[in-house]
Amino acid sequence: MTSTSVRRHKATGLLVLLAALVVTGIGYTAVTTTAEAAPTAASQTQVDAGRQLFLEGCATCHGLAAQGTNSGPGLIGVGAAAVDFQVSTGRMPLAAPAVQAPRKTPVYTAEQVSALAAYVASLGAGPAIPSASDVSTTDANLAEGGELFRTNCQQCHNYSGAGGALSDGKYAPSLMRATPTEIYEAMITGPQNMPNFTDATLPKAQKQAIIKYIAHLQEAASPGGLALGSYGPVTEGVLIWVAGIGALLLASVWIGAKVR
Amino acid sequence: MSDTHKDVSTIEPHGDAPLYPLPPHHHRLTDTDPRAARRAERQVAGMFALSALSIVAFIVAYVTIPTTSFIDLGPIGVLQTSNLALGLTFGLAILLIGLGAIQWAKKLMADEEITDERHPVGSPIEDQEAAAELFATGVAESGFVERKIIRRTLIAALALFPLPLIVFLKDMGPLPGTSLRTTIWQKGSRIVVDVTGLKLRPEDLAIGTLVSASPEDLNKIQEEEGTQNARAKASIILVRMRPDEIKSQQGDGWDVQGILAFSKICTHVGCPIALYQQRQHALLCPCHQSTFDLSDSGKVIFGPAARRMPQLPITVDSEGYLVAQSDFQEPVGPSFWERG
Repeated sequence: MTSTSVRRHKATGLLVLLAALVVTGIGYTAVTTTAEAAPTAASQTQVDAGRQLFLEGCATCHGLAAQGTNSGPGLIGVGAAAVDFQVSTGRMPLAAPAVQAPRKTPVYTAEQVSALAAYVASLGAGPAIPSASDVSTTDANLAEGGELFRTNCQQCHNYSGAGGALSDGKYAPSLMRATPTEIYEAMITGPQNMPNFTDATLPKAQKQAIIKYIAHLQEAASPGGLALGSYGPVTEGVLIWVAGIGALLLASVWIGAKVR
Repeated sequence: MSDTHKDVSTIEPHGDAPLYPLPPHHHRLTDTDPRAARRAERQVAGMFALSALSIVAFIVAYVTIPTTSFIDLGPIGVLQTSNLALGLTFGLAILLIGLGAIQWAKKLMADEEITDERHPVGSPIEDQEAAAELFATGVAESGFVERKIIRRTLIAALALFPLPLIVFLKDMGPLPGTSLRTTIWQKGSRIVVDVTGLKLRPEDLAIGTLVSASPEDLNKIQEEEGTQNARAKASIILVRMRPDEIKSQQGDGWDVQGILAFSKICTHVGCPIALYQQRQHALLCPCHQSTFDLSDSGKVIFGPAARRMPQLPITVDSEGYLVAQSDFQEPVGPSFWERG
């Protein structure tokens, strides 16, 4: 009994701390007008926790001071948004060296991701994690989003957002599971081989329009059924050559067969 | 039955044995068993009747199923219900007509083997001789050989007759002149972002930024010309890399603090390219996988493209905006005959 109450006591303390952090964070966000100020909103406790996680899980490749090694790039100045994107989608930590980090089940909890992001943000100024209002698409123009998507995203991610191949085994991932925050973060940070799209070249309103269009692509049903990955003539051609012409061959065999 | 179509049983053997002996003919079950024949008849009629029903169902589905209705078919995915119903009913209708017709022919139509003997292909000798004689008579009676003036003027008339066709070829022109070698970029043309038309300062681009851009006056020119030709040639991409990552450029000082401008049109067959892999500075064409190294003068590092990606020299104007130093110094887009 005693030990349980002690444990409960400890847990209560942690909860109070967390609540205080959240209140501080929300309070700070409320009085903060620019997104760039967000990294400083992170408390020193969070930065310390993040540093601890970093040393345990990331320093092997990114270096003890996040300066980068031969196995991984330096993270000074990449900003909280890059960390949030890479870690919350499970791309980091990397399971094995590969040409590209695939999306997988995240290893860290949301709080741990925030701590890591706060630590990396504390190393040098970089893009902050977009706020809920940053990624809100309420006022966004869907048609403009479509035009911008076709100009800036479609060439790698496919007209339907299904993703596509790049060179040497690299690929542009599918956007079908990407959340608005992840899309925004990818655009401002340019993860892996993706180029970045700064707010000066693609302002926030246009990013929101693109997010709205991608959300539309994610929801849109395929009226014809089997989309075959939306890869176009390759998969469609395989199906029609194998299944379609196969059926015609069977039919001609039946037509020519002798009747008993 | 005509004399060329003979029943197998009555065919005359060539000499002692038939040249191509036919295997013995077995009659079908439907020929010998009236019940089997009736069953086949019911099958064929059933298919035709089902086809008719399908067409009725098609019309009903067309009228009643709203296009907003969707149906989830598990692994096949979510389909528009009306598409599914229309496709199935129409497809079944035409398939059943075909299946019925084939079943009818296979099971019930006359089952006799027939030999169709071949004839010699050429005309009989006497016909050929008659035709040659007729031609010779024609030549003699027309005086084609003796009346030289008529023969020569006729030949001249016939020779000139196709000339209008050659004259019409002119309408496929005019010749492109220098238009394949130049674009609307010129000294001082402001570089703006595609679609949004934002003007750009060097600080707007971070390391690794990609921008699809065009000249500021593109839309005006495009409207005046009424074609997309200007856009097809003047589209560019801007990329920014660390200045020390630039191995070489097509001209001295053609970048602005590591910002490079390249044509967006592949030099292979002219696909627009913006698949930029920012870590390798590689520009990959989605059509045939030509790959250009933008950090090394845009040279081809993979694929069928024969020429490097043309670079646009850029600088900043007095107001600090990115502008072109001049037009491209080499033709953009695919190679052409006169390019040399």
